[in-house]
Amino acid sequence: MKRLLHALLTAILLAPLPRAQATLTIEITGGAEGALPIAVVPFGVEGQGLPPEDVSAIVTNNLKRSGRFAPLQEKDLLARPHQLSEVNFRDWRALGSDYLVVGKVRATAAGQYSVQFELLDVFRGTRITGYSIQSGAQELRRAAHQISDIIYEKLTGQPGAFNTRIAYVTVSALAPNQQSYALQVADADGHNPQTVLTSRQPLLSPAWSPDGTRLAYLSFENKRAQVYIQEIASGRRELLASFPGLNGAPAWSPDGTRLALTLSKDGNPEIYVMNLASRVLERLTSNPAIDTEPAWSPDGARIVFTSDRGGKPQLYMMPAAGGNAQRVTFEGDYNARGRFSPDGKLLAMVHGARGQYRIAVLDLETRALRVLTDRTLDESPSFAPNGAMIIYATHNGRKGVLAAVSVDGRVQQRLLLAEGDVREAAWSPFGRRLILQQ
Amino acid sequence: MKRINQLLLIVLPAALLFGCPAKPVKQEGVAVEERGAESGLEGGVARGVGEGDAFVGSELDDPRSPLAQRLVYFEFDSSEVRSEFRSTVSAHARYLSQNTGAAVTLEGHADERGSREYNLALGERRANAVRSLLLAEGAAGAQIQTVSYGEEKPAAAGHDESAWSQNRRVEIVYTRR
Repeated sequence: MKRLLHALLTAILLAPLPRAQATLTIEITGGAEGALPIAVVPFGVEGQGLPPEDVSAIVTNNLKRSGRFAPLQEKDLLARPHQLSEVNFRDWRALGSDYLVVGKVRATAAGQYSVQFELLDVFRGTRITGYSIQSGAQELRRAAHQISDIIYEKLTGQPGAFNTRIAYVTVSALAPNQQSYALQVADADGHNPQTVLTSRQPLLSPAWSPDGTRLAYLSFENKRAQVYIQEIASGRRELLASFPGLNGAPAWSPDGTRLALTLSKDGNPEIYVMNLASRVLERLTSNPAIDTEPAWSPDGARIVFTSDRGGKPQLYMMPAAGGNAQRVTFEGDYNARGRFSPDGKLLAMVHGARGQYRIAVLDLETRALRVLTDRTLDESPSFAPNGAMIIYATHNGRKGVLAAVSVDGRVQQRLLLAEGDVREAAWSPFGRRLILQQ
Repeated sequence: MKRINQLLLIVLPAALLFGCPAKPVKQEGVAVEERGAESGLEGGVARGVGEGDAFVGSELDDPRSPLAQRLVYFEFDSSEVRSEFRSTVSAHARYLSQNTGAAVTLEGHADERGSREYNLALGERRANAVRSLLLAEGAAGAQIQTVSYGEEKPAAAGHDESAWSQNRRVEIVYTRR
């Protein structure tokens, strides 16, 4: 026991200190037409000790930010019920809200909470679902995200992606021609940002391992492009690829056992796959053109990549074991950085036409290309794990900012950092879930 | 003027020291980064200037020498060395072939348009294009290193062609003379 305690204490002392960072603030910049009217009543608070997070406010914010819901403003609420038995459905019908969320947060022990909520159908006057979640003080935000996920899934039929994180790179100027780069990880709503790496040299291309515990990325810290893998919780990292020439564009296989990479060690950028256990490399492309930016299809069977073998950068697809590559993009004179949607049906990309670089999605079945954004220097698209939104980097004036757009282009958000630039966002897989009780 | 010269005389050795990759510069990247655009200075800031009218010292330090030009610019998404830069590259090839102890790093760069990883590859291809020309004109492979920074280290800020045209470049950086 004593040993265990000692080990625990050591672990706590050695854990990397999270550094306070400027928070990303999220603005909805476009589209909420057709959003479902819903009312989230501020949750009741019971027991000793005020919960450190406002769970219902987090839920309201999440639902609003998704663009799929139009939560009633708090000042318009007619009543403050906390459970089904206290609800007078007629009031809520009068307000035009289709759905109602009620709940309470009860302190059960020091720093322990039980969060109960119910999702109600106002017109039918029925309960759609309801759970209680046990949560420590540190996990209340996660509980709120999980509640948001449940509501989102019940009402849209798609899983929610609120209980997820984003990795991104911030750049701040220390002096003229001297930048500080930081690789950060924050909750998908911008909260709780933590720095996982800082460098005076560029960082790019963060990629989440499928289990969400590690990031692969490209770092110039040794004055050239090299690929590292870093465990997020411990900060432990490892130089994975430092061959002569370029080492870049890391992409995890869906099973997490391999990493696709771009290496130019043989004289020209080619796609390779590294087995992470054995470190054995397998070369997949062999072409005098640039071949880069590999990404795996969710079933692991295919790899999409960027190549200028036809004269200009376009997306090509090949079997994950290598072999014949087929061109998949034909519209526009520049298509790069393909990313599969989680269901494998769409490819998001940077689409350049007439000097404008925008985020587009290609429907792999119908071959229809849809341009989702309307600025000029959009880049680095990354799908949310539920496939509903794509986060990408763009400019706001001279500042680098992140933005997100729904796959139908309807909902648009901007993620702003108060100071400095932010870029190279990667959306995490689904996060760990807390235990639910009916 | 004299004072400026003195100042430069102090700065120069530092620049030379930092410019040398033989001692691998430890990561946290000292202030070396932007050798590039100003590296005309590195060469042009003649050691001899303060000492009289006639230029003495390495040809690399003579601001009137074609070797003072250390930048090669490119068209969008192209790695073809334009004819107007051939004489610059030839001059460096000649210098390298005549000074076998000299060495350069070719830093390839791209403008910000399109994707970052593709631009890294493009910067490398530009550096390799200059390398091929240097080799064809008598430099030895061991004298040349290449590195690509893609769009990560623009020489000019701004989001228009005037900035982009300065950013699509290869910088010839002398690491040994």
